[in-house]
Amino acid sequence: MTIAVEFSAVSRHYSDGKQIVRAVDNVSIAVAEGEFFSMLGPSGSGKTTCLRLIAGFEQPNAGSIHIFGKDATGSPPYEREVNTVFQDYALFPHMNVLDNVAYGLRVKGVQKSESYKRAADALSLVALADYGLRKPSQLSGGQRQRVALARALVNKPRVLLLDEPLGALDLKLREQMQLELKTLHRKLGITFIYVTHDQSEALSMSDRVAVFNHGRIVQADHPRQLYTEPKTSFVADFVGTANVVSGALAMQITGNQQPFSIRPEHISILSNSNMANSGIANANTAQNQMMQIAGEVVDIQYHGATSKIEFDVSHDAFTQRLMMVLSNTEHTEAELPQVKQKLMLCWPKNRMVMLETHAND
Amino acid sequence: MMQSAASSLSTTNTSNKTLRWLANTLYRKDNLFLLLLLTLPLLWFGVVYLGSLFALLWQSFYTFDSFSMLVTPDLTLENYRGLFDATNFDIILRTLAMAVSVTIATALIGFPIAYYMTRYGSPAEKGFFYVAVILPMWASYIVKAYAWTVLLSQQGVLYWCIHHLGLMSALNYILQIPNIGGNTLATSNIGRFIVFTYIWLPFMILPIQAALERVPTNLLQASADLGAKPAQTFRKILLPLVFPGVVAGSIFTFSLTLGDYIIPQLVGPSGLFIGTMVYTMQGSVGNIPLAAAFTVVPIILVSIYLAIAKRAGAFDAL
Repeated sequence: MTIAVEFSAVSRHYSDGKQIVRAVDNVSIAVAEGEFFSMLGPSGSGKTTCLRLIAGFEQPNAGSIHIFGKDATGSPPYEREVNTVFQDYALFPHMNVLDNVAYGLRVKGVQKSESYKRAADALSLVALADYGLRKPSQLSGGQRQRVALARALVNKPRVLLLDEPLGALDLKLREQMQLELKTLHRKLGITFIYVTHDQSEALSMSDRVAVFNHGRIVQADHPRQLYTEPKTSFVADFVGTANVVSGALAMQITGNQQPFSIRPEHISILSNSNMANSGIANANTAQNQMMQIAGEVVDIQYHGATSKIEFDVSHDAFTQRLMMVLSNTEHTEAELPQVKQKLMLCWPKNRMVMLETHAND
Repeated sequence: MMQSAASSLSTTNTSNKTLRWLANTLYRKDNLFLLLLLTLPLLWFGVVYLGSLFALLWQSFYTFDSFSMLVTPDLTLENYRGLFDATNFDIILRTLAMAVSVTIATALIGFPIAYYMTRYGSPAEKGFFYVAVILPMWASYIVKAYAWTVLLSQQGVLYWCIHHLGLMSALNYILQIPNIGGNTLATSNIGRFIVFTYIWLPFMILPIQAALERVPTNLLQASADLGAKPAQTFRKILLPLVFPGVVAGSIFTFSLTLGDYIIPQLVGPSGLFIGTMVYTMQGSVGNIPLAAAFTVVPIILVSIYLAIAKRAGAFDAL
């Protein structure tokens, strides 16, 4: 397996007058060739700075960056075999679409006719063959996005960097472009490094996802592992929805203070549970491995295919809310619980994921 | 007293009502509102500005009797033909050459300063540069022009510096070049050129700086990302996008030099400029028609310049 991009203890600090901002803090990661690698995190978590470090727009204060084994630390953007699709596209407003796409070839000295031919090919790859003579200002957001993509791909980069490329598009278009990007990745076989703050986008598209927080990678894993085995409460909470339980309630349930997470879809309502007695129990019934807790319905949200139900399971010793999901195909409206209704909740013990405690999170 | 209080209350009520009625009417009929807003400025623009320009143009067709020194309203093209007399045409060429060289010089000096202000300056440095660029405009233009006659004089600072740098022979060599040189700096075209460049420099820096400010940094990054070396990025991305700003600045420096009549009187060799010619013609000579014809020259030159700039695509990125 060839390694496309490798970070070794990379740090990038800014100084805004008085204090030092650690945008990227001692990050080490290796991205394999051909991988669809996503960098996921809230804004200001360092994911975009990492991308800019790969592109060469910024240089690390410490550590080194290797691109296909070559030390790229300190080399300028125009000497790197990577191309970027910018968040706001960064199309050149004074050039038409064809000139925009051909730009990378022209500046590298490719013949005019040859570069226009290849630019036209790249445009048809993104289904914009007839738009070559338009100005970027005459295109819609989705079309500009495709031009930006074609402009990067025409250079045949070994690594394509995408900085929240779908952030400005509406939901329908975004879903369509996600699909197209995935198809394109499969077709071209090059490495995609994709920055996003949208966890569902990262999960659905990537081979591997690195979750960023406070300039560090909290966890880098395959989407399925990331979802089913989050290492910290931050990951559990940021990737999908999770009920993170800690403190006194965790103590009562698991016997120690270590927080754990339980996904909403694993919680269910105990049938015939219209009972007033509150408390927690290790159900010693047939299903020996079930946890039980009494709660009161606080809110019900309708989401089309599913309904989300929020419970208050607070007790004298703790305050806690739990979220659960019910499928609307399996339950009629009449079967849904009512607000203020008191019910017994349960979940399989083996679905609980123990989380590491980090001072950082 | 009660009565007067009551009556004043009722008057405020009615005046409130009238005001509200007026506001509502203007809100509903926004064309009326627009008309009220624009009448005065349009009158000013139409009558005072365009009117005087038209009067000027009209008078350039009047006849000047050089014998009686009187102007008669007989229409003639004689004044325009007169522009092409050798002496008059010389004046136009002399002024045009100066305007072009001052414009090029201010652009060459102004661009790096504007570039530094936008791309590298911290907010404090930017503020300092703004003040430094604008500060000279707080001083009277004539004071600055006179100050330069002192600076350029043979006992002045410039000569002193050149002397102590041991560059007197170089200066003498430059002053011997025909059309550029002269007896001293203060009486040479190069001295006049230095003063013009100094005085109009802010008018070049500010539009370029504004244009640079509007170029998003990520366009330059995108260019580098696509493999363009800094010189290519400058030539193919930055310059085309900033060019409208350079053109805007050059319109100032070009037309201000074309029309100036103070600096040519104070600094540089004898020989009239368009401005000084107009000044002489309408003042001491009283040949208003020829003065008017001369005034049309800068208007035509600037129009030609704008047409060329437009054809060169200077406004494409706007």
